[in-house]
Amino acid sequence: MFHFKKESRIAFLSLLPTVIAVFIFVYGFILWTLRVSFSDWIGVMPNYTFAGFSNYSDIFKSERFQIDLWNTLFFTILFLFTCVIGGLLLAIFLDRKLRGGSIFRNIFLFPMAVSFVVTGVAWRWIFNPGMPGSLNGINQLLSNIGLSCLTWGWFTQSNHFMNFHVALISLIIAAAWQLTGYTMAMYLAGLTAIPVEMKEAARMDGASEFQMYRNVILPMLQPITLSVLIILVHISLKIFDLVYTMTGPGPGFATDVPGINMFETTFGGNRYGEGAAISIVMFILVAVVIIPYLINTMKRENI
Amino acid sequence: MKTVDVYKKQKIFSRTILYIVLICVSAFFLMPIYVLLVTSLKSFKDVDLATMWSLPKSLNLGSFLAALEKLSPNLLNSFYLTIPATIISAFIGSINGYLLSKWKFSGSMVLFPLILFGMFIPYQSILIPLVQFLSLIHLYGTLYGLILTHIVYGLPITTLIFRNYFAEVPSELIEASMLDGCSIFSTFFRIFLPVSIPGFVVVIIWQFTNIWNEFLFAVTITSDPSLQPITVALRNLAGSQIVEWNVQMAGALLAALPTLIIYIILGRFFIQGLLAGSVKA
Amino acid sequence: MKKRKGLHLIAYLLGVAMLLTAFTFCGKQAEKKLEIFSWWTAGGEAEGLAEMFKIYSNENPGIEIVNATVAGGAGENAKAVLASRMQGGNPPDSFQVHAGHELIDSWVAAGKMEPIDFIFSNIMESYPKGVIDIISSKGHIYSVPVNIHRANVLWYNKKLFKKYGLKAPDSLDEFFTVAQKLKAKGVTPLALGDKGIWSSVQLLETVLIAKLGANGYKGLWTGDTAWDSAGVKDAIKTFIKILGYANNNHNALEWDGAAQLVIDGKCAMTVMGDWAEGYFKAKNLTPDVDFGWAPSPGTKGTFDALSDTFGLPIGAPHRANAVKWLMVCASKEGQDAFNPKKGSIPSRIDGDKSLYDVYLQSAMADFSANDIVPSLAHGAAASPSWLTMISDAVTLLVTEKNADKADASFVDAAKKSLKM
Repeated sequence: MFHFKKESRIAFLSLLPTVIAVFIFVYGFILWTLRVSFSDWIGVMPNYTFAGFSNYSDIFKSERFQIDLWNTLFFTILFLFTCVIGGLLLAIFLDRKLRGGSIFRNIFLFPMAVSFVVTGVAWRWIFNPGMPGSLNGINQLLSNIGLSCLTWGWFTQSNHFMNFHVALISLIIAAAWQLTGYTMAMYLAGLTAIPVEMKEAARMDGASEFQMYRNVILPMLQPITLSVLIILVHISLKIFDLVYTMTGPGPGFATDVPGINMFETTFGGNRYGEGAAISIVMFILVAVVIIPYLINTMKRENI
Repeated sequence: MKTVDVYKKQKIFSRTILYIVLICVSAFFLMPIYVLLVTSLKSFKDVDLATMWSLPKSLNLGSFLAALEKLSPNLLNSFYLTIPATIISAFIGSINGYLLSKWKFSGSMVLFPLILFGMFIPYQSILIPLVQFLSLIHLYGTLYGLILTHIVYGLPITTLIFRNYFAEVPSELIEASMLDGCSIFSTFFRIFLPVSIPGFVVVIIWQFTNIWNEFLFAVTITSDPSLQPITVALRNLAGSQIVEWNVQMAGALLAALPTLIIYIILGRFFIQGLLAGSVKA
Repeated sequence: MKKRKGLHLIAYLLGVAMLLTAFTFCGKQAEKKLEIFSWWTAGGEAEGLAEMFKIYSNENPGIEIVNATVAGGAGENAKAVLASRMQGGNPPDSFQVHAGHELIDSWVAAGKMEPIDFIFSNIMESYPKGVIDIISSKGHIYSVPVNIHRANVLWYNKKLFKKYGLKAPDSLDEFFTVAQKLKAKGVTPLALGDKGIWSSVQLLETVLIAKLGANGYKGLWTGDTAWDSAGVKDAIKTFIKILGYANNNHNALEWDGAAQLVIDGKCAMTVMGDWAEGYFKAKNLTPDVDFGWAPSPGTKGTFDALSDTFGLPIGAPHRANAVKWLMVCASKEGQDAFNPKKGSIPSRIDGDKSLYDVYLQSAMADFSANDIVPSLAHGAAASPSWLTMISDAVTLLVTEKNADKADASFVDAAKKSLKM
């Protein structure tokens, strides 16, 4: 690292455009959204009359937003679980000399290259339930192989059990399809980084494969698990493209998420104040996860 | 003690199970592509939710042509959007990464996470002021406005990737260069830029993929269908009343094609981007 | 140092570029132009618009008509583009907008529209009072309705009805009797396609009209009728009962999917606006032979109207040309050129009946004689923010079937919207 005074000043000044841009477009805009969230803005022209917390109380009282929060909770937990376990298992399977291993790896990873919109279009078609007597999509496939007891309404199903809207399952499968490859790639990199000598030593000590994984390898993968969880959580909290394309808010808001709610409230209903409040809540949810992570990572780097 | 034969048989057995599992999982991952392909190759008459799994009776490229006709302006829009935004954000990111990794000044350790935070925020939380700001500078509804947006919000990730990349470059190179009398920037252009090609490849692939695939900014900032990128046009196509499934699926494939091609050819760098994108411990 | 100079140069060039752009914009104002903004990009609507342009050009030669259209179903894209133009101070000469509160509560309330009473000064008698009410605010008229659609129509499969010896129900009680008979024969009585929920909102509004009558229904939007009155609660419960006779997969279908169910004979009836007729005819069905129509149950004598209109934004670049356009829209000639192509009826009562098909003729007759009320689902009765609040409540009502909860939401929505 260099501490030439003149150079430091030039470095700082050259970073300034980016810093200014980020400060305006990120921090400035968030503060502005905060202002709008406290305003009475309903309609096409801006109206900044102070309205206190009324927008916040309105959205938290609204059933739609409450459902959104439950949906986000269940979606996040199941999505994370599927991606992490799925990715880990796939990485373990592929972390050996396998003929065609790289082909498999590419197959599992390619969904990441594709847009959420494309994913939504394809999976909407697949999960289209059809009607009893003329099943479509995956229902048709299931019934053809004799599993018609497993056919159900997928994303048109409006029931929920204890606030878990089952229609979310369609979204979770589509999202996991998209991102399990990412988790797998991360774990693969981590597994490759584990020195062979450690595994040899463990085997020499008489450990079984399972014990080796449990006691040696998995602990070493923890930093990756943490990193993956952070990335996936923040994607899950702000998810919009996939849901908007695949299901929309869904029957009885079964697949509604705050991202969609904010978009429809603001640009459909012209209720800018409420929309801003929803997006601030989304921001807080993300910040609660990301800020500690960033602070932690920066601290560790400075050691 | 087991004989070598038994070990071999066990190995073959477990390997076979493994292959079977992997093939089943692959089938799951390939299923949507199968559906997209098969449906795009059918003619409008043959397309039916009831026969979605069956192979087309005859190969019919009509849907691709129809999709191309409907979506080609939007494909072009996506290119007009993605290429400049990618190049500019990559270039500025490389300078930022260079400065942050090699040049310490008071506050640089605070500035970096502050910049980085920008890549995590939900974009809904800046959408309203963004629309107002772009209207103010008369860029709302234009591709220029969308390009500007993507450049600014792409800076955190490109800065991150380059910073991590340049951290690996030995600092002695700078020492030598400074001793030779070079300034901070000529050091960058003469020494760091040439070795940063792999870094650029990673960043360009990453940004291209993300900007091409992006939807929220695109749907909010460009409302005029003739200016919309392909993600929005595809979604509108998919949501339209007369549902021509074959054209929709063909359109989806067209929209996915550029990023898929990049992935197939340069997949290695794509993976590096994934790994570089995580904040390293 | 070099870097700083470079930046200065770039800023300078940018500034020059912006000035040049501003100049070219100003330059364009003086031309003889008329810019009409709409979402009529295809089908009968686009043809009808073209006909009106022809009339305009005949009467006003030498003026270039710029047909600024933005594609996209019900105009969501167009509305967004319009919003940015209006907010940016760059309005078109005239733009398409739904009659009623969609315009009043947005651009009129924001002070961006000129009152156009003068356009109607000689032709008021040609317009029913109900329509004038919808397009007015605080005593002034703000837009010219080009067409009228009716939302409270019951369409039915005439062959099925004949087969089971049924006649189109007049009242809600008759509807339920007919529905029971159909159900016993294994036919789903009502086809509903409420993906996006507006079809259910529309269905609910027809029930509200049936239970409250025309004046009671109109009172909902002015505060004269309480949302927790007995009539409203009864309407909600009836709505739930009607849902019991509808197809199960309604949340996966749009309105045309439901119409298709009627064509296929799987369902017997559907409540939909009169654009459904265009769908039936496109599938080669003959009016009065294959399909029949009646006012939606209980709403005989009331015409639930929605309309596309054109207004005059303040600061329209070519105001004189725009005014002439509005006169074409308001004229008998203009409306009779547009509506037969679109499949709607004129907003004037003196349209030439011979140009319209048998259903539209009956609609025109009803239009002159009935009480006219503004449609909720199509932007006439309530502002977008009120409509979305009601729509959210209906989304939950359809799945939870909780009448009291829905009523409470409606009361809340009205309270918030009326105080504005």
